[in-house]
Amino acid sequence: MRSWVLRRPVRRSRSGRYQLHLSSDERQLLRSLPEQLNAVLLEDDASVRRLFPPAYADDPEREAEYQGLMREDLLSRRRAAHEIMARTIDASDLDAEELNAWLATLNDFRLVLGTRLDVREDDMGDDTPAYALYHYLTYLEEVVVEALAGG
Amino acid sequence: MTTTAPVEVEEPIADEFVKQDLPWIVIVWNDPINLMSYVTFVFQKLFGYTKEKATKLMLDVHYKGKAVVSSGPREKAELDVFRLHEHGLWATMQQDA
Repeated sequence: MRSWVLRRPVRRSRSGRYQLHLSSDERQLLRSLPEQLNAVLLEDDASVRRLFPPAYADDPEREAEYQGLMREDLLSRRRAAHEIMARTIDASDLDAEELNAWLATLNDFRLVLGTRLDVREDDMGDDTPAYALYHYLTYLEEVVVEALAGG
Repeated sequence: MTTTAPVEVEEPIADEFVKQDLPWIVIVWNDPINLMSYVTFVFQKLFGYTKEKATKLMLDVHYKGKAVVSSGPREKAELDVFRLHEHGLWATMQQDA
């Protein structure tokens, strides 16, 4: 039990900060995520549109207005989170705001990758590297949520 | 529903007021990617819901396909939708029928 706890990759310390226990391989992999997302955000396909859902499903006029007002703001908030993760990728510990930015980036990446893989509930996919990455990010995101929600 | 100077209303005024008074509801739809733990966490974070309430809403999304997570005037609903979109959830809004 104790060793399992110690090996958790993200843990909240008594000081309220979040300690990261990640291997250099994991850091290397995670380092590429914000960069890849930056490139992806310049594209326009279904996986990118997944990051900008419609607000008004049945009202094209109001939907156009919503996208016109909000899309840039949504984009800049996403980029801000990705930048925080890029800046703190080698940190040994993070504050809550920084870990929330990691969470946002992990989730954005999973949304893009999961949409491209066309993942389904209760379907583990195949053993390609893309699915391995998807499952690793899912695992890491679970751990991050647990750390943040655990208070 | 911003307040503006009185204008000449071309549509029947009574109908318009009735429609404007209806609250807007914010709906989150199920998707195969967002984690159940993450969705619960987001509901707590954005709306200040208890763990129990957030979990119940998450389970409704997961098993029933959708859940109404908040309601109110159009401006508030739009802000809630925006914040849900910021967190990657599939949220839409509509006027309560």
